Amino acid sequence: MLKISKLTATVDGKAILNGLDLEVGPGEVHAIMGPNGSGKSTLANVIAGREGYEVTGGSISFLGQDLLSMAPEERAREGVFLAFQYPVEIPGVANVYLLKEAVNAARRHRDEAKLDAMDFLKLVREKLKLVQMKEEFLYRSVNEGFSGGEKKRNEIFQMAMLEPRLAVLDETDSGLDIDALKIVAGGVNALRAPDRSVILVTHYQRLLDHIVPDRVHVLAGGRIVRSGDKSLALELEAQGYGWVESDPSVVSAA
Amino acid sequence: MSEGIANIAAYVAAQREQAPSLPACGTPSLDTSRAQALESLSQLGLPSQRDEDWKYTSTRAITRTAFTPAAADASCPREFVSQATIEGLDAWRLVFADGFWQPELSQLDNLPKGVQISGLGQSLGSEPQRIAALLGSALGQTPHGFIAMNSAFIGDGALIEIAPDTRVDKPIELLFVSGCSGEGFVSLPRNLVVMGAGSQATVIERHVSLADERLLSNSVSELILADDASLNYQGVQQVAPRGFHVGGLFARLGRSARLQATTVTMSGALVRNDALVNLDDEGGFASLDGLYLAFGRSHVDNHTHISHNAPHCVSREHYKGVLGDRGHAVFHGRIVVQPGAQKTDSVQNNQNLLLSADAEVDTKPQLEIYADDVKCAHGATVGQLDQAAVFYLMSRGIDRQAARRMLTQAFAADVLNRIELPALRSYLEAQAGQRLSSERVRESEL
Repeated sequence: MLKISKLTATVDGKAILNGLDLEVGPGEVHAIMGPNGSGKSTLANVIAGREGYEVTGGSISFLGQDLLSMAPEERAREGVFLAFQYPVEIPGVANVYLLKEAVNAARRHRDEAKLDAMDFLKLVREKLKLVQMKEEFLYRSVNEGFSGGEKKRNEIFQMAMLEPRLAVLDETDSGLDIDALKIVAGGVNALRAPDRSVILVTHYQRLLDHIVPDRVHVLAGGRIVRSGDKSLALELEAQGYGWVESDPSVVSAA
Repeated sequence: MSEGIANIAAYVAAQREQAPSLPACGTPSLDTSRAQALESLSQLGLPSQRDEDWKYTSTRAITRTAFTPAAADASCPREFVSQATIEGLDAWRLVFADGFWQPELSQLDNLPKGVQISGLGQSLGSEPQRIAALLGSALGQTPHGFIAMNSAFIGDGALIEIAPDTRVDKPIELLFVSGCSGEGFVSLPRNLVVMGAGSQATVIERHVSLADERLLSNSVSELILADDASLNYQGVQQVAPRGFHVGGLFARLGRSARLQATTVTMSGALVRNDALVNLDDEGGFASLDGLYLAFGRSHVDNHTHISHNAPHCVSREHYKGVLGDRGHAVFHGRIVVQPGAQKTDSVQNNQNLLLSADAEVDTKPQLEIYADDVKCAHGATVGQLDQAAVFYLMSRGIDRQAARRMLTQAFAADVLNRIELPALRSYLEAQAGQRLSSERVRESEL
């Protein structure tokens, strides 16, 4: 699904990723954990193609294609989805309008016909249920005046509508109360599928109680310093990130 | 300047030649007001950037030539009128060719009782004294030479009179087609809307061009609202890329009268709108909203002046501009709270979106308060598209150009959403959308 090799990237001229390797197979859920400033969000943004995140070396292959040569909208149409850490408020653009444009852009890309109004509405209603959102939500401006939890649920709702092949969730758990966390996790779990991979970028272990990952990676100094199964997350929870930072192999990597 | 003076002389000569054949010539009060207006045109000349109110708007393109005042025999092709029709808009309609009423192209069947709509020229012919007495009453002092020119040539335009307590269910559309006489003509319509006490109506004043030619429309509308009258006034300017338009909207509001005016400028080489609203008695409400698009080398200038002359009046002003290419826009919003106008509640807001590095906007909100118990707020912003929002949309599969267009339309939408007529609103949304998608997004603009 996704193969990242020796990826290096800078933000504002500062090296953030320093030779990152990561491989995510089809249907797998990988968690990326790490202390603040370790490069977690940079990795998410580089995968999505955000401006200002300059790749200086390495490669990302997505379904056998060179992801880095694609424009952000092409990546999205090919099935890459980024759930934003800070979803953007867009006054005047109704949620439903954004969804219609986004869904049809991807369909056009696959040479499929536009969804007609009835089918679209049917799909929307089905996916709304998944994140327990009311229909009136559709007609509000994208994220405008939404609470933190509503914004994150809206991200998962968009993801459900777009049915990506690779979903990158950038700290989707941050700022959520436990009920909202359960709804978000439930949405993600419902979307787990053999041909869909998920990367969970998170600072805390608690999301992983609800979405059980196949693999857990620890990011520090811009590279992955430890990988393991879900027990690694528990180990981190117990010990904190201090041991990562004092690990000599990490120091040499940074 | 010398050519400017020569051109003024040409307008004066043209007026002297036309004067004897203008409607209601020989009515003393009208003869006097036309002569006085002509006198102030010769004295004032046409405005230039040396005038404070024209500081950011060069009139050179207009003043360097003498436009020929269009003559009463102007006519407009029927096909053009049907093409220009707004789909789904059920309205009484008056069509004007270079400012002159075209009864055979108009639709005024089954006007309800209490609603008088006609060409101003015709009414001046039949009731010269009464109509002449109304003309100029909302105007006050002549603010600049273009208005003086219009007043000197008063001949035709629309006359709308709504009897007291009459509610007009259908909108009244005034469609002004310029360029009917060919290139180099100026049309000078004068409109008069008289709203009786407690009456209600919606009027659309639309200016379109027959062809993309160098032409000038110089239009003045006077709105007189008696106590408790309510008027929705929707101005739309779709002027050809080479065309010039100078428009004036002058309103007087009685006790608890309501005016909701919207001015949408889609295009034009130079468009200048002056709006003057006098809130003359307690409880009056005026909202002035505007949307202007300035692309290519278009220059759009909105000057508004709301005068609170009595206590307990409310005014709201919300103008938004979208500028691309080398577009230039000017907004000057003046709110004056006169002595004694206590409990005035006034909010003014001007927001501009620049889509290109070469676009320019000059915005000047101005509050003058001579009373001590008032609530007034004003603000102006000039900004660019939110790059985070552009990326957010792109990350959902929407390409950059479509993302920019979505955000730009969203910016413009809140002005268009205030238009209550659904057919007009969707027409303007579509027109604005077309205008925005025809503009190429260049990398340098980002």
